[in-house]
Amino acid sequence: MSALTFTLKTATQQRIDCAPLTPDILAGKSATEIAAVLLQCGKQKLRADALFDISGNDSNDIVIQNGSSKLDYIGLGMKSGRITIHGGAGSYLGFQMKKGEIVLHGSADAYAASGMAGGTLHVHGNVGDFLASAIPGDRKGMKGGLVIITGNAGDRVGDQMRRGIVLIEGNVGAYCASRMLAGTIGVMGSVGDYVGFGMRRGTLLLFSTPKLHSTIQDCGSHTLPFLSLMFKSFKNFPSKFAGLNQNRVRRFAGDLANDGKGEILIFT
Amino acid sequence: MIINGVTIDDTFAEAFGMRGTRVIITAQNHKWANIAAAAMTGFATSVIGCGVEAGIERELDPSETPDGRPGVSILMFAMGSAVLMKQLETRMGQCILTCPTTAAFSGIDEGYPEITRINLGKNLRFFGDGFQISKQFGGKRYWRVPVMDGEFMTEETTGMVRAVGGGNFLILAESQPQALAACEAAIEAMKKIPNVIMPFPGGVVRSGSKVGSKYKALIASTNDAFCPTLKGITKTDLSPEIESVMEIVIDGLSDADIRKATRAGIAAACELGAANGIKRISAGNYGGKLGQFQFHLREIMNENPVNGDAA
Repeated sequence: MSALTFTLKTATQQRIDCAPLTPDILAGKSATEIAAVLLQCGKQKLRADALFDISGNDSNDIVIQNGSSKLDYIGLGMKSGRITIHGGAGSYLGFQMKKGEIVLHGSADAYAASGMAGGTLHVHGNVGDFLASAIPGDRKGMKGGLVIITGNAGDRVGDQMRRGIVLIEGNVGAYCASRMLAGTIGVMGSVGDYVGFGMRRGTLLLFSTPKLHSTIQDCGSHTLPFLSLMFKSFKNFPSKFAGLNQNRVRRFAGDLANDGKGEILIFT
Repeated sequence: MIINGVTIDDTFAEAFGMRGTRVIITAQNHKWANIAAAAMTGFATSVIGCGVEAGIERELDPSETPDGRPGVSILMFAMGSAVLMKQLETRMGQCILTCPTTAAFSGIDEGYPEITRINLGKNLRFFGDGFQISKQFGGKRYWRVPVMDGEFMTEETTGMVRAVGGGNFLILAESQPQALAACEAAIEAMKKIPNVIMPFPGGVVRSGSKVGSKYKALIASTNDAFCPTLKGITKTDLSPEIESVMEIVIDGLSDADIRKATRAGIAAACELGAANGIKRISAGNYGGKLGQFQFHLREIMNENPVNGDAA
């Protein structure tokens, strides 16, 4: 069995909704049936084989070649298997994903891992705004699972995030961890303004002290035993975070304007 | 059956089905892990008066503990799950939460056919008065409770399994010091066996009991048949040269664990042999009518040695 590969034929002007191309939906389907899967492209529905060259037969291991920022909803609600994307992805990558693994070699657009409840999303590149955040109208962002970003992320990382782990090796934009409800976000690079704005609970791990607004308060330097445990659980992650072993941090708590139980831990 | 001059009685220990759990306590160093563990397993010799039987299983190296600090593993046994859960919660709250630098983790996660998750720190978190923080890694939930020395960290639950309690054997010797020396040797050997504890003080009990009493209020009383000072006035089980009897009670996570421990203990006691005043090994039972498990001493001592056996 070889990986079920979708190679985008031409760069498209319209956005393509790739939601039907998940291992769960394609499981047990014949090559003909897979070719006939209808994908929303702009205002029309097109057959998968009109947009992609399709090869391979292992629906549990899906590969998307020539990926582009027009391919939205890759891995929507997926419950098993693996999707590997080469080239790039659009918005809503791994939206409401439950289980399985998505690996993107390239960059993704907004709302990656939004509503994600489990599984792993690994982006070898950058992501846009609202990583692991709630879409407008939703009360919770990411609800579980693991997200690793080797590049940078945009604004509002983890907005209303409820649970799970987001590890970003690069920089992030403004309003990181805004309105965060719980979970853990780690950022190795710099963070923009208004970090932890409206943060209720949750943990934000940083490697340098950012500009903090006045409703985030300094609780002093501490050696926190839970960090050893957390970093031990990171050990097998394919990320620079796997090498962490320091548990001495400066703890800032807030946002006091919104319950104030969140924490920003900064390595000292 | 005679081993090194010590007669092994043709009798059996009668044991009961219990519920057991293991908790891993870690601390800044072994000294404080042991202090916490000693407090938690204190006053836990017998379910009759203490609710649970508990003891320290062994010390753990930093490499063996979840948070990479020195630790101690504790086993706790009770006759029912409700008692065990209640005792675990109160002992965690009074002995571990209070002890400087400690953290508590589940000690049973796999390897048993039936594992019930019971609260470890689930309710202790409320001590945090709203400042407690939950963290989930690797499918497990932990609680961070702010306390005056920093943070108390505990796993939310631990595993409870069906276990066996009340395995035992008696060491009959020519003098009290000799009986105690044999018990000490036995306990030393038995401590190396995993999954068991000997819940009595130092692992040894001198007040073995029989069922019933002349006093209506008591359900158990001194085992006069094994009391050396009553040899002349009661239906004694002792020969004239026996001057002291001591018992070792064993609780284990499975009957196989108790068999291993029994064998290791008896073998160590017999090593001292008749030359050191050890005359007989016997066991306590209720005629085989009360307990689900029977540990026949001769059968256990006849088993082929297995790896890790002291014999």
